Amino acid sequence: MEWNLDDSRSIWPQLREQIMRAIVAGEYKPGDAFPTVRDLAQDAGVNRNTMQRAMAELEGDGLLITNRTSGRKVTDDQKLILKIKEELAQKNIENFIDEMQSLGYTAEEAVKMAERVTEKKGVNDK
Amino acid sequence: MNTNTLVECKNLTKAFGGKRALDEVNLQVGRGKVVGLLGPNGSGKTTLIKILNGLIMPSYGEVFVDGSRPGPYTKSVISYLPDKTYFADWMKVKDIFDLFEDFYKDFNREKAEDMCAALGINPKDRIKSMSKGTKEKVQLILVMSREAQLYLLDEPIAGVDPAARDYILSTIINNYNEEGTVLISTHLISDIERVLDEVIFLRNGQIIRHESVDGIKEKEGKSIDDVFKDTFKLVPYMGYGYENEAKKGECSSDR
Repeated sequence: MEWNLDDSRSIWPQLREQIMRAIVAGEYKPGDAFPTVRDLAQDAGVNRNTMQRAMAELEGDGLLITNRTSGRKVTDDQKLILKIKEELAQKNIENFIDEMQSLGYTAEEAVKMAERVTEKKGVNDK
Repeated sequence: MNTNTLVECKNLTKAFGGKRALDEVNLQVGRGKVVGLLGPNGSGKTTLIKILNGLIMPSYGEVFVDGSRPGPYTKSVISYLPDKTYFADWMKVKDIFDLFEDFYKDFNREKAEDMCAALGINPKDRIKSMSKGTKEKVQLILVMSREAQLYLLDEPIAGVDPAARDYILSTIINNYNEEGTVLISTHLISDIERVLDEVIFLRNGQIIRHESVDGIKEKEGKSIDDVFKDTFKLVPYMGYGYENEAKKGECSSDR
């Protein structure tokens, strides 16, 4: 997995966020076995306590399930995954609008511009 | 004996002549943590590590590791990486493995052999034939192949290239005994801050800060490297007529 960590913020919330994104983006499929704390910590270059904390939070979020016999897996609750996906999307849109407003556009103008840009880009997109 | 405190120092002081290398240090460190011992050159990092190790005696004050004063028991639970290599030139890697096997019950020879093999180091290689970087790697492999309670690593990444630094750091965080604590002294903070749970800032032999990394980041919104630089900022001598760096900054921003 690709990790993108910023040292000016606590590491575990960033790990949590990036794993969350990987799950909603389908990089880890619902019901799939999930890597161990040890392996993921090694992959991200962080210590195990930090990765453990991130995973515990994701268990709290319901995205990861720990089973005593079969280890850790991704939840198969697709509704929950979809809900979190939509929350992340909502946050992205809010960020976009905030950013455009700080440039002096109204929300409406921002949306219109976004439409125009996607129309142009749409040809190459899919 | 297995309390939560692994290392405890009470009023620990070490004077060399009139100079106090450690000055009334009070410290408690728990188990299962990766702790950075950070401070500029001459702040007392190596002195503290040597006292914990039982290599030098404090002038006064007390120190306990896993409930005991430094002695044969603490040496059996501490795995120490000194700031220089100490192997005799004529030795082969195999000889050093034998030595560690004799000295330390918790030495996992198989692990050490596997780690050497992964680096392409032959157990029959002589220390003499190795580069400085390879010697340092061999030494680290030995230290991390013990199932110790306390790993004392004195400047493990100083003087090696960035690729070797990554190797050393991942070797440390992937191989320490999970119930044990790792104490890493360094001034190369940006390279290691991502693996730390806690930091201790030393200045002139005194602990001026001992906090969790998350706590510091939440409070200050800065990397530990930046916090360190702010804490230990030195004012350079600018030549006659300049008062100091900060003043100079003020003047130019006025314009």
